[in-house]
Amino acid sequence: MALLQIAEPGQSTNPHEHKLAVGIDLGTTNSLVASVRSGETSVLPDERGHLSLPSVVQYAEDNSIIVGVDAKDSAALDPENTIVSVKRFLGRSLSDIEQVYGKLPYQFVEKEHTVNIATRQGEKNPIQVSADILQVLKHRAELTLGDELTGAVITVPAHFDDAQRQGTKDAAQLAGIKVLRLLNEPTAAAVAYGLDSGKEGIVAVYDLGGGTFDISILRLNKGVFEVMSTGGDTALGGDDFDKKIAELMLEQANAEPPENKGEYRKLYDSARRVKEALSEHDSVAFTVELSGEQFSGEISKTQFEQAIAELVKNTLRSCRRALKDADVEKEQVLEVVMVGGSTRVPYVREQVESFFGREPLTSIDPDQVVAIGAAIQADILVGNKPNSDMLLLDVTPLSLGLETMGGLVEKVIPRNTTIPVARAQEFTTYKDGQTMMAIHVVQGERELVEDCRSLARFVLKGIPPLTAGIAVIRVTFNIDADGLLSVTALEKSTGIESSIQVKPSFGLEQDEIADMIQSSMSNAKQDIEQRMLREQQIDAIRMLEALDLAMTESKDLLPDGEKQQIEQAITELKAATQGTDGQLIKDKIKQLDDTSQPFAARRMENSIKTALTGSSVDQV
Amino acid sequence: MAITLTDSAADRVKNFLASRGKGLGLRLGVKTTGCSGLAYVLEFVDELQEGDEVFNDNGVNVIVDAKSLVYLDGTHLDYVKNGLNEGFEFKNPNQKDECGCGESFTV
Repeated sequence: MALLQIAEPGQSTNPHEHKLAVGIDLGTTNSLVASVRSGETSVLPDERGHLSLPSVVQYAEDNSIIVGVDAKDSAALDPENTIVSVKRFLGRSLSDIEQVYGKLPYQFVEKEHTVNIATRQGEKNPIQVSADILQVLKHRAELTLGDELTGAVITVPAHFDDAQRQGTKDAAQLAGIKVLRLLNEPTAAAVAYGLDSGKEGIVAVYDLGGGTFDISILRLNKGVFEVMSTGGDTALGGDDFDKKIAELMLEQANAEPPENKGEYRKLYDSARRVKEALSEHDSVAFTVELSGEQFSGEISKTQFEQAIAELVKNTLRSCRRALKDADVEKEQVLEVVMVGGSTRVPYVREQVESFFGREPLTSIDPDQVVAIGAAIQADILVGNKPNSDMLLLDVTPLSLGLETMGGLVEKVIPRNTTIPVARAQEFTTYKDGQTMMAIHVVQGERELVEDCRSLARFVLKGIPPLTAGIAVIRVTFNIDADGLLSVTALEKSTGIESSIQVKPSFGLEQDEIADMIQSSMSNAKQDIEQRMLREQQIDAIRMLEALDLAMTESKDLLPDGEKQQIEQAITELKAATQGTDGQLIKDKIKQLDDTSQPFAARRMENSIKTALTGSSVDQV
Repeated sequence: MAITLTDSAADRVKNFLASRGKGLGLRLGVKTTGCSGLAYVLEFVDELQEGDEVFNDNGVNVIVDAKSLVYLDGTHLDYVKNGLNEGFEFKNPNQKDECGCGESFTV
C-alpha cells in the first residue's frame, strides 16, 4: 500500500510517476540524504533512527560490504580493509595523497593519476568506495519514499576540481543514481536558509566539521551564487577540541596519555561528552580511568574556551584571508551561515559573530543544513515546485583556454562565467599545407601556458592542406551543469571533428586556485609584456620563414647588393628575437620589411606575369 | 456527506501547512488515471475553485470538488508509518478494488 504525500496545487502526479528527488551530502566523515515531503524538507533516518551515515566502508571477510556505524566500529580491528573518509582520495594521485595525509593504513596501488586500494575483496578505487556509500543512502531513500528515485543533487566542496567532481558523478552513476546536478556545499547551505531568494550581496559560509574547516565567500548576483574565494584548513575541526579537553583532563589527573587503547578511546569519548555538555552548562564533572585507576574532575567553560581560543583564532585568520582574496570588506557581508557540528560550540558562535559583526545563521541543524539545501534544489529540478524562479547556477573558478603559437593562452571561457556554458572561437592554421592542429586545453589566469595548468591535449587531424590562415577551425568549450568540461575542434570546410572530455591529471588545492588568481593579478604587467614579446617573436619567425622561402625560390630576382642588405636585416632581426626587448623586435621587423619591400614587389610582379603568360584575355 | 481525518493525519496536515507558511487547507480528490481507473489526489490549496466544498474536521479545512465527492464521501484520511515509509492513507468505503500499489482504485 503506497502512502501518499501532499503535493503543491495542481502538481499531483499519476500513480507510479512520482518525481522523487533527494539531496545527498556525501561528506568526508558522515553522509546524509534529505528529501522534501509534503512541502517539508527533512533528513531521512535509517531503521535505527540514525540520521547520519558514517562515510566508512568495510570489505568484510564473508565478502559482504558493510557501510556506516558497523564499519566504523571495525576500523580499528581491520584497518586495511576498512576505508575511512574516502572522499580525501577521490580524483587524487598517490603522490597528492601521501603529501597531504602522510602514512595511512591502506595498501595503495598507484594508477595513472589516481589510486586503487587493495582490499581482501580485490582492488577498489575511490569511486567504487564512494558508490558503496551512495548505494546505502539510495536504498534508505527508496524505502522511505516508497518508490524509485528520479534523481539526486549531490554536494561537493567548493574547491573540488574537475577530476574530483567527475569522480563524484561517476560514483553516483555506479550506484544507479541519476545526478540532477552537483552543487557546491556552501551554496547548498545558503539555499537551505533561503538566501537565494533574498537580497543580492555577499554571503560567508563558515563550515567547521569534525576534521576540516572551510570558509567560502559567495556572492549572490541575479539569482546566481558565485564562489568568490575559498579557504580553510584540512586538519582543523571538532576532533581538535576533544583533544584539548583530553589534555585538560590529563593535566588535572597529572597523568601521561594512556597507552592502553581502550583507556585512550574512553578518554576521548568522555572528552567529547564534556565538550557537548559545556554547550549547555558552565561546568561539567567527569570520571575517567587512567592506568587502571578512576579519576574524577571538573572542567569549566572558561577553561575549555581558553584551551580552544587559539584554534578558533586560526579559523578567523582563514576568514580574513578569504575575504581579502575575494576583495571584500567584513562590513559588506550580508549573512554568515554556520555549517558543521562544531559550530554548536557557543564560543565559536560568539567569536564568529564578533569577527563579522553580525549574528550568524544557526537555526537549521548545522550537520543537516547542506543536505537540506541539496534536497530543496533537487525538488525544484525534478519539477515538483512550479513557478520557482530559483534555478541555481554556479560559476567557473578559473578561466579556461587554449594554447596558441608561441605558448600564449587564448582564454575561451573567462573565470566566474556562470555554468552551464558553451563558447566557441575560430582559429586558423599557421603554416602553408598544415594538416594537423594540436589542441592544448589549459586552466588559469596567466598569459603564458607555462604559468597555467595543463588540462588536456588532443590533435585534430585531416585538415585539408591550404595556405596558412585559410582553414577555419572552430573550437567549442562546453561546461555542463556540474562543471565538467568537454572541448570539440571542428574544421569547417570538411566537417572533420575531434573532441575530448576533460579529466584533469591531478588535483588543484584551494590554495593553488587562490594562488593562481592572485599571481595573475600581481603579475599582470609582466604578463602583458611577456605576451607582447611572444607575439613579436612569432611575427618575426613567420616573416623570417616566408622570406627565406622567397629568397630560395626567386634567387634570380635579387641583385647581390640588395641581397646583402636583406641578409644584414635578417641577422639583426634574428639577434633581436633572442632578446627580451619586444620593441626592438618590432623595430627590426619594420626594418626588414622596408628593406625587402622592392624584392617582394618584384616577386609579385613576376608571379602575375607568369600567371598571365599563355592565357588568353578572356581567361584573365 | 462528510470527509474525516484521524488525529494523526490532522496533526500532520497542520504542521505541513504551518511549515509551508501559506494555504487554505488540504484538497482531496480523484482523477481518472492509473492502472485501475481512478487515482487519489492530495494537494495543498491556495485558492478555492468553483464547485469546491469545504469541510472542517479536527481543525483542518478539507476541500473537495463536487465531482470527486461522489467517490470520496465517507472517506477517513489517516497518517500511517510503515517501516521507513510514512504518509497519508485513504480509507474509502466506496472503493471496491485497488491496484497493488494502492494509488489507483475502482468504485
